[in-house]
Amino acid sequence: MFNSLASAGRRVLPNQWDLIAFAAILAVLTAIAKSYHGISAPLPSLNESPISLDYWQLPYYALRTTLRMFAALVASLIFTFTYATLAAKSRRAEMILIPVLDILQSVPILGFLSFTVTFFLNLFPGNTMGAELAAIFAIFTSQAWNMAFSFYQSLRTVPRDLDEVARGFRLTGWQKFWQLEAPFAMPGLIWNTMMSMSGGWFFVVASEAITVGNTTITLPGVGSFIAKANDAGDWSAIGAAVLTMGIVILLYDQLLFRPIVAWATKFRVELSVSQDVESSWVLNLIKRTHWLRLGFAPIFGALRSISLWPVRFPTLARAQKTSKEPSRLIDGIWILIIVAVAAWAAWLTISYIATEISWSEVGHVFVLTFYTFIRVVLLMALATLVWVPISVWIGLRPRWAEASQPIAQFLAAFPVNLLFGAAVSLVLAFHLNPNIWLSFLIVFGTQWYIVFNTIGGASAFPNDLREAVANFRIRGSRWWTQVMIPAIAPFYLTGAITASGGSWNASIVAEYVKWKDHTVVAQGVGSYIAEATDKGDFPRIVLGVAMMSLFVTLFNRLFWRRLYAYAERRLRL
Amino acid sequence: MLDISVATILEVDNVSQVFSTGSGEARAPVLSDVSMRMKTGEIVALLGRSGSGKSTLLRLIAGLTRPTQGTVKIAGELVVAPAKEVAMVFQSFALFPWLDVLDNVEIGPRSNGVPLDETRKRALKAIDTIGLDGFESAYPKELSGGMRQRVGFARALVMQPTILLMDEPFSALDVLTAETLRTDLLDLWQEGRIPIKAILMVTHNIEEAVLMADRVLVLSSNPGRIASEIPVTLPHPRDRLDPGFRDLVEKIYALMTQRPDPTKPATRETGAATGLGLALPRVSTNSLAGMLEEIAAPPYDGKADLPHLADSLQLEIDELFPLGETLQLLRFAEFEEGDIKLTALGQRFVDMDVDQRKKVLGDQVLAHVPLASHIKRVLDERPTHRAPATRFREELEDYMSEDYAERTLRAIINLGRYGELFAYDENSQTFSYENPQ
Repeated sequence: MFNSLASAGRRVLPNQWDLIAFAAILAVLTAIAKSYHGISAPLPSLNESPISLDYWQLPYYALRTTLRMFAALVASLIFTFTYATLAAKSRRAEMILIPVLDILQSVPILGFLSFTVTFFLNLFPGNTMGAELAAIFAIFTSQAWNMAFSFYQSLRTVPRDLDEVARGFRLTGWQKFWQLEAPFAMPGLIWNTMMSMSGGWFFVVASEAITVGNTTITLPGVGSFIAKANDAGDWSAIGAAVLTMGIVILLYDQLLFRPIVAWATKFRVELSVSQDVESSWVLNLIKRTHWLRLGFAPIFGALRSISLWPVRFPTLARAQKTSKEPSRLIDGIWILIIVAVAAWAAWLTISYIATEISWSEVGHVFVLTFYTFIRVVLLMALATLVWVPISVWIGLRPRWAEASQPIAQFLAAFPVNLLFGAAVSLVLAFHLNPNIWLSFLIVFGTQWYIVFNTIGGASAFPNDLREAVANFRIRGSRWWTQVMIPAIAPFYLTGAITASGGSWNASIVAEYVKWKDHTVVAQGVGSYIAEATDKGDFPRIVLGVAMMSLFVTLFNRLFWRRLYAYAERRLRL
Repeated sequence: MLDISVATILEVDNVSQVFSTGSGEARAPVLSDVSMRMKTGEIVALLGRSGSGKSTLLRLIAGLTRPTQGTVKIAGELVVAPAKEVAMVFQSFALFPWLDVLDNVEIGPRSNGVPLDETRKRALKAIDTIGLDGFESAYPKELSGGMRQRVGFARALVMQPTILLMDEPFSALDVLTAETLRTDLLDLWQEGRIPIKAILMVTHNIEEAVLMADRVLVLSSNPGRIASEIPVTLPHPRDRLDPGFRDLVEKIYALMTQRPDPTKPATRETGAATGLGLALPRVSTNSLAGMLEEIAAPPYDGKADLPHLADSLQLEIDELFPLGETLQLLRFAEFEEGDIKLTALGQRFVDMDVDQRKKVLGDQVLAHVPLASHIKRVLDERPTHRAPATRFREELEDYMSEDYAERTLRAIINLGRYGELFAYDENSQTFSYENPQ
């Protein structure tokens, strides 16, 4: 009796968890309000208050940077929900949208920074908003593609029986999307969102402080802080920036992503309770609050009602209800239009480049791209040789694996710019050849993808196979070639493909390194693009980016894809 | 005239279904010229083996797919889209894992504009009827298979359908759970506690069909046709051990193992091409040998009663019939009025050692499977003695659907490897004579 009274009373009164939760929510709102004043400020204020290396400014900078990243994340989510859905629902849209996404994924986005910055500055002349949007757009371009891809793939693989339930119950397009498709895609989307967030840091740092021709933009943020520290050659400021980033990443991981991941386990379509239960102290806290939950209950109720609105999408739905064949003629015309537009775009690009650039320069850029290509290949090979044995060793020890996988993911967030000081100092002090030694910067941020995927692969190695291997005393080179390498191959390749793409992007930063007043350059298409960006030389940027995109796409298609398909087919356990 | 149309609740007229391939070419039909009727108050079972198109027929009736030819009418209305009058129960339960039991049950009415309180009332009633009280806030993950399928039933009932469609609803459950659910459903139906006019169920379990249905429609395979119709007039509750029950089961076994096949005679005179139309099921050579040994051993001593054999080997007809048919095709055994009997060759096979078995099986495959002799001839004719699998796959697809062609190819690779007729390399997808020395 007493017991039930107490629990009844507890249900009405706010408890300590409510207090904590309210405080947290208020803090977030205040922070957003504070930085909003900064965002909508007129542009001149940028020049009046240039970035200072005062450590007390760092929390504010960190806040601004984080907000930028989340704004980009929201944009990426909107993009994902619309673009991927359209691609999955309409066969004709799919014909263009998916290849475009595929190319966007492999194009070095960093090279386009100069265009987007100019575009957005012109959109909001004299206001910081333009620069902000340019930075957000840059981050968006690094986050959106893999999220959209994951969502698209989920939509295409919705289990047949669940789809039949939804259709049998005559759910409209809108209802089906929110009741079935979006929930089903949730786990994959969340995983990709987290990866995108890590990858975004590299672009934040590149886009907050950027010079295009004679326009220099410096937005208050961690990226600008790092850029300024690099200019000033201030080692301790670099250290402070690393520390700040670490704290910020830890915060949003604990406060946002862990709770979401723990919550999203319910969206996994598997009908057994999985052993590894994700937990999050924040989610537990929210679950223990009463007022907060009561307060949000009507909101969730309303959202659920909205998700059940009988909205019908226009009939672009895949023709599965009727057995009628899609018209070949319209398909043909459609493909013709696509080809024509593509040809026209190619013609525009070529004629634009041709205004200033001779064929011999195109050849030169080809050679430069080839240098960068060699660099990427060699460094990927080197990173593989170094990290795969270490990762396998870690992965086979469950306790180590559990501890080190998040660390590797964490390290993947740190941008290469943090190493500029060390790189330049070493090159100058020992008179090293930058063409060789700057190459190492290319894999600085990307090697971690190899590490944590390989660890994941090794720790997924089945126990009975391990016992069999021990029982038959398989050791040495045979152990590697016949057991371990095939076992981790699909996982390693997933990481290596990400790392390879990231390395191309990184070359734009890593081949053209500035520290105080020294500039160290490695020959390659990356430094070619970076130099052209500094000068605001648009035709050369286009040429460089186009050439790089060509290499990356071919490299992906002819090498990585085939390898991956083979591994998926033959080696997946 | 009027009277009939009131009593007839479902009319399927001359329905055929052909699935086209990606290139738009029409392939062998899944269903061919199927007609059936259902009356109010009936439970009808569609009995057939995998590939007989019984699930396709169910989906045509539900309006989830449209027939290539023919019409489906429910209560006189032509079905052109997912029909309001039907609700389906799935073999895999098909519950939304992110919704709890109550939400799973409510999703149908809520999506169709039924007001919230009305939905809740109906949902709670359905949950109560089906015996799910107390599980309202549980997620499917936390439930046992039986409870999950109860959710499946509640979700269908809450839609207040005229016809309840069931797609092998008990086949993913263990024997005891399945039996409980069957009797529970039959009780509800007999007592008139569920507001449904008729039940149409798909099954490959002969006893289940006889236990539940008023009428059993047996479908033949490739293409699907209604081969025979068996009324079941035994009074409920039915007893599996009742002689009348056993007789019916026996009769259906005999019906389903007959060699009707007027469509695909094994005429070897017209060349290999005609024989290629023979679709092979995917069976393991170990199971073939195991079944021969089982039949040869006591208590069967060379002749086994099929229902009995299925029971003791714990095999569904989906597994039992392909094995038996392959044995018959290879002349190791033959069906006889619901029994399976070893031939002299089958008896000898049982006593052979591994090498002899491989030799004999290889010889039999070569002699009785036209595809095997065809592959061997092509390999012999070519100077390289290699041939790509696609070549044979395309030939097969002239006679059967893509799925069947793939399965037949897999089966012949398996048999050919065991009988050492030829080698197959999965990587390059080629047949050859080269085995690692």
